Amino acid sequence: MKVLVPLKRVPDPYSRIRLAPDGAAIDTTAIKFEINPFDEIAVEEAVRMKERDASVEIVVVSIGSAECEEQLRKALAIGADRAIRVDCAETLDSLGVAKVLVRVVERESPNLVLMGKQAIDDDNNQAGQMLAALLDWPQATFASKIEFNDGRATVTRETDTGQETLEFPLPAVITTDLRLNEPRYVALPGIIKARTKPLESLTLADLGAQQECRVAVVSMRQPPPRTAGRRVNSVDELIEALRVEKGLLKS
Amino acid sequence: MSRALLLAHDASECEPLAAFAQALGLPFDIVTITGDCPQDLGAESIGSLMVGDPPPADSLCSGLRGFAANYSVVAGAATMFGKDYLPRLAALLDRPMVSDVVGVVDPKTFTRPMFAGNITADVRVNADAFVVSVRATAFSNPVRSGQSAPMQVAFDPQGVTKRTGKSESAGGRPDLAQAKVVVSGGRPLKDAVTFERLIGGLADLLGGAAGATRAAVDSGIAPNDLQVGQTGKIVAPELYIAAGISGSTQHMAGMKESKVIVAINTDPEAPIFDIADYGLVQDLFVAIPELMSKIKP
Repeated sequence: MKVLVPLKRVPDPYSRIRLAPDGAAIDTTAIKFEINPFDEIAVEEAVRMKERDASVEIVVVSIGSAECEEQLRKALAIGADRAIRVDCAETLDSLGVAKVLVRVVERESPNLVLMGKQAIDDDNNQAGQMLAALLDWPQATFASKIEFNDGRATVTRETDTGQETLEFPLPAVITTDLRLNEPRYVALPGIIKARTKPLESLTLADLGAQQECRVAVVSMRQPPPRTAGRRVNSVDELIEALRVEKGLLKS
Repeated sequence: MSRALLLAHDASECEPLAAFAQALGLPFDIVTITGDCPQDLGAESIGSLMVGDPPPADSLCSGLRGFAANYSVVAGAATMFGKDYLPRLAALLDRPMVSDVVGVVDPKTFTRPMFAGNITADVRVNADAFVVSVRATAFSNPVRSGQSAPMQVAFDPQGVTKRTGKSESAGGRPDLAQAKVVVSGGRPLKDAVTFERLIGGLADLLGGAAGATRAAVDSGIAPNDLQVGQTGKIVAPELYIAAGISGSTQHMAGMKESKVIVAINTDPEAPIFDIADYGLVQDLFVAIPELMSKIKP
């Protein structure tokens, strides 16, 4: 089984996001970048599959400038076999990303694409579903448990009202939710080993892909901070405040 | 062709979607995936796809594709259900998509949060036809008018995915995303029984919904569908009571639009106090029972 894991370089989720002086982008000067946390869960899941079945091959792919090789190397250190960077300095929208990934899928012929449900920068939650649509593959988004049996996948996924289980044939696209697994810390031997694993760089032209971006950010602002109200000293004072000042809790 | 199709999961999503379409200024039709649609929301036509549960995304989208292609804008609610199938439908139609829309600047420019709500962005769609997911909490009170005509929707779903199991959390409380009052708890609630007794109990007294932090869900204290935050439910109730919640960025991204926020926490430095209208530095195991006994009708 061959698993393709697309991943995105994003600001560390614990970093403080500020606007750049021009107001059109975020200030990246003091920010650390990481693998998008949901994509890291996807890498972890693929590596656990490989640990159960040594014949599993894991290819990680990222679209971006040379700097995203840092995240690809980390995925190799976690346990992926090889990496592809699709060189693209321009912004793509989610459909544009999905179209590039279609070309990578055609080149690599994986049985499974496993990726994060959303990137924590744009928070779009689109690319996996779009990729599945373009490939005419089944999809399972927001997976919290994945099993394979006889060329079919059984996925437990999170829904608005609880959970459901879907079953479908491979190939397929599965997107990961938080509770699928807890990614491991990368040990030093993995980091050393990752340095010699193959990392290939391709251009959009190599893949026969194009840069498509029909959804563009025109301006950004920081929402006005919500200011702290006041401290109350007792439950009585709280109830009084809610009733008198806010007209709440009237029975 | 300049026309919007509003795809509502059920009747409860019709109002916010109609309010969105009215802000957009396009004539619109509403199709509920399941159940009936109100007739007085200003839609030209209304239809319904089925009774009962919609099929998995591959079937649902194959069935909607031909019909949806007749509209320039296709919009649904940004629930987990909508987030699952709307991007798939967009790609089948080769249309770009804008997620989590909270405002309409002009017919092609929309306001949406990014970076866990730390940034508000205006994004522009450079296409004549596109798909939108709408945050229902940001749109309300559509102008009510007219009587919509009934409409038949050709729907022939084809797909290879089977739903083999389903487990739903116990119902009985209002929907978290639409409740007027939300009482949420974090990991200090210890276990599912305590969570239900204190958080569920107070929510019931207030006629509200129960919510939880990611940490509480991860540690099995609360079911996953109660998670409030960047990747869980987005809520904006009249009153949000956060008990034993420190206030992580990703949690606050899901509730900071609430009208009144009350925080109860033993740690006076907890970030949740920075956005709370009323902060009570007290042990929730003392404060919640007292609150319950004093507001009991």
